[in-house]
Amino acid sequence: MMPASAILFYIIAALILVSAILSVTSRKIFRAAIWLLFSLIGIAGIYFWLDMNFLAAVQIVVYVGGIVVLIIFSVFLTQGSGQSLPYPSFGRLFFAALVCLFGLGISIWSINQYGYRDVATEVSFPGMKELGKQMLSVDQGGYALPFEAVSILLLAAMIASIVIALKKSI
Amino acid sequence: MSHIPLQHILFFSSALFFIGMFGMFTRKNLITLLMSLELMLNSVNINLVAFNKYLFPQQTAGVFLALFTIIIAAAEAAIAIAIFIYLYRTHQSIHVDDASDMKN
Repeated sequence: MMPASAILFYIIAALILVSAILSVTSRKIFRAAIWLLFSLIGIAGIYFWLDMNFLAAVQIVVYVGGIVVLIIFSVFLTQGSGQSLPYPSFGRLFFAALVCLFGLGISIWSINQYGYRDVATEVSFPGMKELGKQMLSVDQGGYALPFEAVSILLLAAMIASIVIALKKSI
Repeated sequence: MSHIPLQHILFFSSALFFIGMFGMFTRKNLITLLMSLELMLNSVNINLVAFNKYLFPQQTAGVFLALFTIIIAAAEAAIAIAIFIYLYRTHQSIHVDDASDMKN
């Protein structure tokens, strides 16, 4: 008899995988975006399951609230939501599935080969307070420099996307 | 949580990665390619967090790496969608095969 938390993991994982498959195979682009939304919410659920509350909140805010909305907007701006995408050719579909199954087989085989040691996860993970301290700390093991670098990157990306999208067409 | 071996989480995340890869191979529309890319980035994030949680539970490096990956993915998605909209304005299409101006 599996404990409830293990069953919960398998349910969430199956949900994510099914909606990811539907997202990459759906012929309607808007439906693909909605399936992607479910898949990303499921990944936030995996983070909650792993006791990473802050990361789950970031996942929901950035991915579900930001990127998926951006994708849906760009679907509306660039093509009608009703029209279907054309089918890819059978050969391409077949070889893509073959390559992906082969790669999945190799990675499953090598994960099984490696033999991770069983670590008792009784040590509690440092909480949100510790994460916040480390993020802005300049001492040994602090993340102040990558934090500032990534802030400048975000600013640059924001300005660049405005400049690109405002450019007059040729 | 301790009842699931680490291997099962790694199997799950590699399955998610290869689903995204399948999308990259079969799709021809730039927005759907971006969606497959997001799936692949998310599977890598799950890996980082699971390694952090299972192997080094008293440290935080994996969580920070996943956090920075999420931020960079957001910046990348913003730039990519700006480029798609510009491409649609100049070419009236965001099909991969129509964006061939830089060939030759």
